[in-house]
Amino acid sequence: MASLVIAEHNHAFILGATLHTVTAAAQCAGDVHILVAGHNAGPAAAAASHIAGVIKVIHADGESLAHGLAENVAQQVLALAGNYSHILFAATPSGKNIAPRVAASLDVAQCSDITKVVSADTFERPIYAGSAIATVQSSDATRVLTVRTTAFGAAASLGGAAAVETVAAVAESGLCSWVTSEIAKSTRPDLTAAKTIVSGGRALGSAEHFDAVLTPLADKLGAAIGASRAAVDAGYAANDLQVGQTGKIVAPELYVACGISGAIQHLAGMKDAKVIVAINKDAEAPIFSVADYGLVEDLFVAVPLWVQTA
Amino acid sequence: MKILVPVKRVVDYNVKVRVLADASGVDTKNVKMSMNPFDEIAIEEAVRLKEQGLATEVIAVSCGTSQCQETLRTALALGADRAILVETPADADFELQPLAVAKLLNALVAREKPALVILGKQAIDDDANQTGQMLAALANMPQATCASKVELADGQARVTREVDGGQEVLSMRLPAVLTADLRLNEPRYVTLPNIMKAKKKPLETIKPEDLGVDVMPRLKTLKVVEPAGRKAGVKVADVAALLDKLKNEAKVI
Repeated sequence: MASLVIAEHNHAFILGATLHTVTAAAQCAGDVHILVAGHNAGPAAAAASHIAGVIKVIHADGESLAHGLAENVAQQVLALAGNYSHILFAATPSGKNIAPRVAASLDVAQCSDITKVVSADTFERPIYAGSAIATVQSSDATRVLTVRTTAFGAAASLGGAAAVETVAAVAESGLCSWVTSEIAKSTRPDLTAAKTIVSGGRALGSAEHFDAVLTPLADKLGAAIGASRAAVDAGYAANDLQVGQTGKIVAPELYVACGISGAIQHLAGMKDAKVIVAINKDAEAPIFSVADYGLVEDLFVAVPLWVQTA
Repeated sequence: MKILVPVKRVVDYNVKVRVLADASGVDTKNVKMSMNPFDEIAIEEAVRLKEQGLATEVIAVSCGTSQCQETLRTALALGADRAILVETPADADFELQPLAVAKLLNALVAREKPALVILGKQAIDDDANQTGQMLAALANMPQATCASKVELADGQARVTREVDGGQEVLSMRLPAVLTADLRLNEPRYVTLPNIMKAKKKPLETIKPEDLGVDVMPRLKTLKVVEPAGRKAGVKVADVAALLDKLKNEAKVI
């Protein structure tokens, strides 16, 4: 029994989500291999070989893999799938995009967003926006999983010495082509990896206020910025800042919720934070039921005051 | 040019679900059910494409018990032209899972030959986020998940997707599978006249056997429990008190 982790990478580096997925993979099946599927991704493959606990890196390199298109990456995984009892992806936009194609092609079920490996065929996962935790058992020979990275520790990125095996990249599927990307370059920490997150809700009132009020606090704390679905829906924040059941799942050391009422769907995304602070002028807001420290005050007063306080 | 829109009947997003005492599942008796919110966005997009003259027919489909007819009538009231119910047993031990749904949809795709299948990106009950991608693989179609914009021209779809850090644009030939994300559109409200008109639109009921699909679940739910709760917190009087707690008690700043 061996596990294959599909690496999250940008061709030059291995992304943090991969390290948490490796931990889950090791719990599934003793031998952990990593697939780095990319274009000019030698550096990423080399970095993968140093991850503690990984015994083999499979490096597939070609233009068909340059943009992470699901149709191509899934084919690459399928070319190797027969050797593995478990195939794991991080539950990131990319992992979630590709994993089900692999599962369906193998005619097996997929277990999404696992939070615990109970045994080789049994996993825990949240349902109903995390209101309940289901323990499910797979009857398939190959288990395709996406891993909630906040539920597993990160494997050490150094210390391993895996062999790197190069394989041919699959041919371009011809179904789909990448046209362009608009990725915001940010100096902020990545939302899913940040130690501190400052998050805003609809109470911020506008995109201008959202930026003007939260950015100084995020700067002061070296924090990433998140948003509730309501704030994203209203256009105050970009879609990939959304924290919640249908957005990102985060578990920082400190989560500061400003003007967020605390709907269950939002809590689903942040209730595993170590310390939760809520600032909301409504004392009855549900967010206070999960906050370690709750401040009932107008965020337009409290947040600037926090920024100004030494 | 047909558009197929699968819609799912789920526990309404406002409902606070409770776990059953015997840990067999979540209590769904007598709770309000609604169309999955992302599926409403999918229907809206299909109807808009039809209104723009880019599609000729919007077909809503739902897989599940006979009560899914309510959800299909809502889809028809929102502008779908006809509906198909793939009816599965109302058995507490039977669970229709994404792989089975994808196979049913694949059979319908072969039958109806739509140019586009638009699904919601995720159902808010099982939070699986699989069905659209699985269908695309089975039907050998391109996919664009988490779509925030769709443009059709010359047998191709140009789709903007939400990705980490921003957006990407993909170009794909039709037929294709799209899954709808939050910013794709804002669904219209159902009006009473449209609800009345929907009653006259065709709703066909078929069974999985008619499509030659095995819908037996692959994942067995062993138990369902509540998550561990957090320790109760405290209210602080002002910003100064908050900073004091964060620095000296929680030690996070």
